Amino acid sequence: MNIFAKLYYRLAKAAKAIQLYLVIAGPGIVVMVADNDAGGITTYAATGAKYGYNLIWFLLLLIPVAYYVQEMTVRLGVITKRGHAEAIFSGFGAFWGWFSLVDLMIVDWLTLVTEFVGMTSALEIFGIPGWLTTVAVVLLLGMIVLNGRYWTWEKIALLFCALNLVYIPGAFMVHPSVHDIIHEGFIPNFPGGFDGQLFFFLMANIGTTIAPWMLFFQQSAVVDKGLLEKDIPWGKFDTWLGSVLTIVVAVFIVVVTGTVLKGVDIESAAQASAQLQESHKWVGTFMAIGLFDAGLLGAICISLASSWAFGEIFGWAHSLNTNIKEAPWFYASYFLTLITAGGVVLIPGAPLVLITLFVQVVAVTLLPAALVFLILLLNDREHMGEYANTRLQNVIGGTIVMVIIVLSTLYGISVLFPSLFG
Amino acid sequence: MLRNFRRLAKTFRAINERYRTPRIGMSGTVRTSLMLLRVYLLLLVGLMLYKFVTLLG
Repeated sequence: MNIFAKLYYRLAKAAKAIQLYLVIAGPGIVVMVADNDAGGITTYAATGAKYGYNLIWFLLLLIPVAYYVQEMTVRLGVITKRGHAEAIFSGFGAFWGWFSLVDLMIVDWLTLVTEFVGMTSALEIFGIPGWLTTVAVVLLLGMIVLNGRYWTWEKIALLFCALNLVYIPGAFMVHPSVHDIIHEGFIPNFPGGFDGQLFFFLMANIGTTIAPWMLFFQQSAVVDKGLLEKDIPWGKFDTWLGSVLTIVVAVFIVVVTGTVLKGVDIESAAQASAQLQESHKWVGTFMAIGLFDAGLLGAICISLASSWAFGEIFGWAHSLNTNIKEAPWFYASYFLTLITAGGVVLIPGAPLVLITLFVQVVAVTLLPAALVFLILLLNDREHMGEYANTRLQNVIGGTIVMVIIVLSTLYGISVLFPSLFG
Repeated sequence: MLRNFRRLAKTFRAINERYRTPRIGMSGTVRTSLMLLRVYLLLLVGLMLYKFVTLLG
C-alpha cells in the first residue's frame, strides 16, 4: 500500500510539474525552433548534400552553445522586466542603444525578405504563385497577432513549431544507414581537411543557430508573457528543450540530404525539395512543407522582435495582449515590416542574392555586439542580484562569445572577400 | 509635414535625454569591452565600405 501511495504521489507531482511547464512553455521553444528558418533549412540541406553525415557532431556541439546564450535572456527579461533593446539603451546609453536598434531593424528586415523568398519558392513547387503566397502569409500573420492575446499567439506559434518536426519522418523514409550515421557523424572529423569551404559551412551553421534577433525576441517574449522569478527554472528548461529540438531537426535534415543528395551542390532548400521529389516524392513534399513552415515561423518571430524593440524605445504600447486601438504604432510597425519585406520578393529582378549576402554581413556586425552587451548586463550585480552570472557562467558564456566573435569576424571577411579563404 | 518632423525630432531628443546616463557602472572591464567593440565595428564597417568601393570601381 505504501508503494502505491508513493507511486501515486510521484505521478501526481510529475503531472503537476508538466501542467506547470505547459503554462510557462513558449518563448524558449518558439525562438529556438523559429531559428530553423528558411535560411537555416537551406544551410542544413546544403551541409548534408556537401559533407554527408560528417558534420552532425558539430551540430550537436551547438546545443549547449545555443542554450547558454539564450538562457541569459530569460534571466535578464524576468529580473529587469525590460526587452533587450531597452536593456541596452538603459544599460549603455543612447549611442549603443541606437546602434543596436538600427542594426536590428536592418538585419530583421533583410532576414524577413529571405523568409518570404523561402516561403514563395517552397509553395511554387506546388504550383502556387509567389504573389498569392505573399498575400496569404501577410493576412495569416495579421490574423495571428490581431487576436489580442499573447497566449493565443504563442500556442499558434507552437503549432507551427510542431510542424517543423516533419523532417523527422522524412529522414526515416529515405532509409539511412544508422551504422554510417554513427560512424561518420558522431566522431568529430573535418571531411576533406579544414579548408575555406568547410570553414564557410561551419560558420553558416553557427550563424543559423545563434542570430541577433533571437536575443531580442526571447527577452521581449519573456517580458510580454509576464514570467516571474519563480518561473526562471522552467524558462531555462524551455530554452534547453528548444535548443535540443532545433538541433534534432537540423540533424534530420542533414540525414535526408546526406543520404539522397550527397555530392549535389544545393543552393536553396527549394531546389533540394524539388530534387528530392524526383526520387522520393513524399520526402521532397515534406521538405517543401517544412521550408514553408520554417519561413512562416521565422517571419512570425522576426517581425515581432523589431516591433517589440521599437515599442520599448519609443514608449508605445507594445504587447500582444493589447488590441490594435490600444497599440496602433506597435501593429503599424509590425505590418510595415511585413508588407515591405513581402513586397520585395514580388519585384521582378529584385537583388535577392545580394540581400542574402547583406543579411550575413549585417548579422555578423550585430551578433558580437549583442553578445558583449548581454554578458555585461548579466554581470550588473546591482540590478541582477542573485541572478547575475556566476563565475562558471561567465567562463562558459565568455568563451562562447569570444569564439563566436573571432569566427563571425572571419566569416564576415570571408563573405566580403571569398578569395582570401581559398 | 514639418510639424510631424518636429514631433519626431522631439521624440528622438526625449529618448536621448532619457537614456543619457548609462545605468551600468563604467568599470575598467566595461570600458575596455566597449572600446574593443568600437574598434571591431570600425574594422568591419571599414571592410564593408572598402568592398563596396571596390565593387563600384
